[in-house]
Amino acid sequence: MHPIIRTVLVRLALGLLTLLAVSIILFSAIEFLPGDFAQSALGQLATPETIAAFRKELGLDESAITRYYRWITGVLRGDFGTSFSGRGSVTSIAKSRDVVDLIAPRFWNTLFLASLTAIIAVPLALFLGITSALYRNSFYDRAVNAASLTTISFPEFFVAYILILLFGSLWPIFPTLAKVDETTLLAERLLRCALPAFTLTLVIIAHMMRMTRAAIINLLASPYIQMAVLSGASKSEVILKHALPNAWAPIATVTAFNLAYLVVGVVVVEVVFVYPGIGQLMVDSVASRNIPVVQACALIFAVTYIVLNLIADIIGIVTNPRLLHPK
Amino acid sequence: MIKSEPTDSSKVVIENNFEKRTFWNRAKLELKKSPGTARFGMIVILFYIIVALFAPWLAPYGESQVFPIPYEPWGQEFVFGTDQIGRDILSRMIFGARNTVGIAVATTLISFLIGGALGLAAAINRSWLDQVLSRCVDVLMAIPSLIFALVLLSIFGTSIVNLILIIAVLDATRVFRLTRAVSLNVVVMDFVEAARLRGEGLGWIMRREILPNILPPLIAEFGLRFCFVFLTIAGLSFLGVGIQPPLADWGSMVRETAMLIQFAQYDLKAGLTPLLPASAIALLTVAVNFVVDWFLHKTSGLRDE
Repeated sequence: MHPIIRTVLVRLALGLLTLLAVSIILFSAIEFLPGDFAQSALGQLATPETIAAFRKELGLDESAITRYYRWITGVLRGDFGTSFSGRGSVTSIAKSRDVVDLIAPRFWNTLFLASLTAIIAVPLALFLGITSALYRNSFYDRAVNAASLTTISFPEFFVAYILILLFGSLWPIFPTLAKVDETTLLAERLLRCALPAFTLTLVIIAHMMRMTRAAIINLLASPYIQMAVLSGASKSEVILKHALPNAWAPIATVTAFNLAYLVVGVVVVEVVFVYPGIGQLMVDSVASRNIPVVQACALIFAVTYIVLNLIADIIGIVTNPRLLHPK
Repeated sequence: MIKSEPTDSSKVVIENNFEKRTFWNRAKLELKKSPGTARFGMIVILFYIIVALFAPWLAPYGESQVFPIPYEPWGQEFVFGTDQIGRDILSRMIFGARNTVGIAVATTLISFLIGGALGLAAAINRSWLDQVLSRCVDVLMAIPSLIFALVLLSIFGTSIVNLILIIAVLDATRVFRLTRAVSLNVVVMDFVEAARLRGEGLGWIMRREILPNILPPLIAEFGLRFCFVFLTIAGLSFLGVGIQPPLADWGSMVRETAMLIQFAQYDLKAGLTPLLPASAIALLTVAVNFVVDWFLHKTSGLRDE
């Protein structure tokens, strides 16, 4: 078998294994619930019958393996169980909602925001990284570097509120609340998502830009680049034609890694801008200890994170020129 | 007698030559050579430490002392105004230094105790222990830590002790990785083998043979991890699931006063209020990063772009 295919297959198998392990961890989290959880989740007014029914529904009378099997097969079919909220009353089952109904519309919103950010951030980061490598040690390079270092050290909500202060309050060109629903038109939706997307862009751009710059500058010291320089290639030709192809692997890795980081970033940004995504839903559910919703959100976030990291690794393997020509 | 005298006196002379540079002398010399950014960072960190230690004497009012007027504007009586239930913002900022930074330092220390000890043990042992720990860490690191922290907080509840322990354990995975990686290079050296043959135990080899040799990268990592932990805790508190009221904390202060930002057009100072605790967080992270950068530069020469 070709070494590339074999390496990719090994990596895929490892990724699947990680997914399995993560799902087990997120599932077994519920095992650590304190004993009186049914009582505290349902509130003081719950009757002993409701509590018993609730315990039974959680499956606390069965073995963990059976419950895990049922949960994971449900998740694979798109069934995340039912939400805990609204369970206190006698007609409990009728009132509680399926987790999947809660999550599905919000999931698309989050995906929309993340994709919008990626569309802005990735080309911008590559452009800034390549140009600052091109004009290394110039004023431009230093300015871009200083700015990116600053944004790295800022908490997301600080960046968000500075943007709100500047563009939402002092110079109101963008709405500060990103409330959207299915009926919102695309143009309106883009306008409302502008500030959250800019915030996320500022948060993730610094790493990508610095990595692009570092990867290219690292390569500039290698003999084949010096050969190209000596043979009379221009500065931009050296960087774009000779250095960049070899830099794709680290750049792709850090890009995918930062897109994965978006997963964490969206949580805070969604809360700041009251954007109806799964990040906000998850925070609300943590505060009200609505475990099935928290589990489902965490699983979605974790799967996205793992898959993006997997893609990054595979891009790194496939674009490595040394693997294309096995000895 | 005649023989020993000259050796004694020469020894004294040599000692005198070297004893002049004490620890403080060396520290002073290093500080003189330090770049402006690192000095700025150190001054800021010192300032935060002083504020945190002497908070009750520096703050004009008590931590949760409530005054009758909520959202009082900036002025003589309340320098930065009051918050949504009438607590003095400046006092809460000062007490926040103690709570927010203190909790972050405690968390980082615990994560280094756990991660460092396990990492060292794994590097020395290199058998099933290493395998088990490394695979566990791999899996734990596959889940984004903020998300994992949210899951655990929803299960164990949001108390300060839970917060510290959860973040410390999640962060210990990163410390474990680094400690294991750097100590693997030291474990194979001859002096460790010699200690082993001498019959020293695991504890001795960890503390006396390996730890001194891996200290510089660990100290630098401590600074970076502190920033990360600090930002995570601030983020969680901002989301309302971290440090809980009435304890003053910068992350939750931002959330509590966030709506004031809408009035920036009419009163810029009011609009700036929620940014004050946020910039207190940002300033400390920037300062720590500056110092860590200088330290890394000095100890390894790596990272020299």
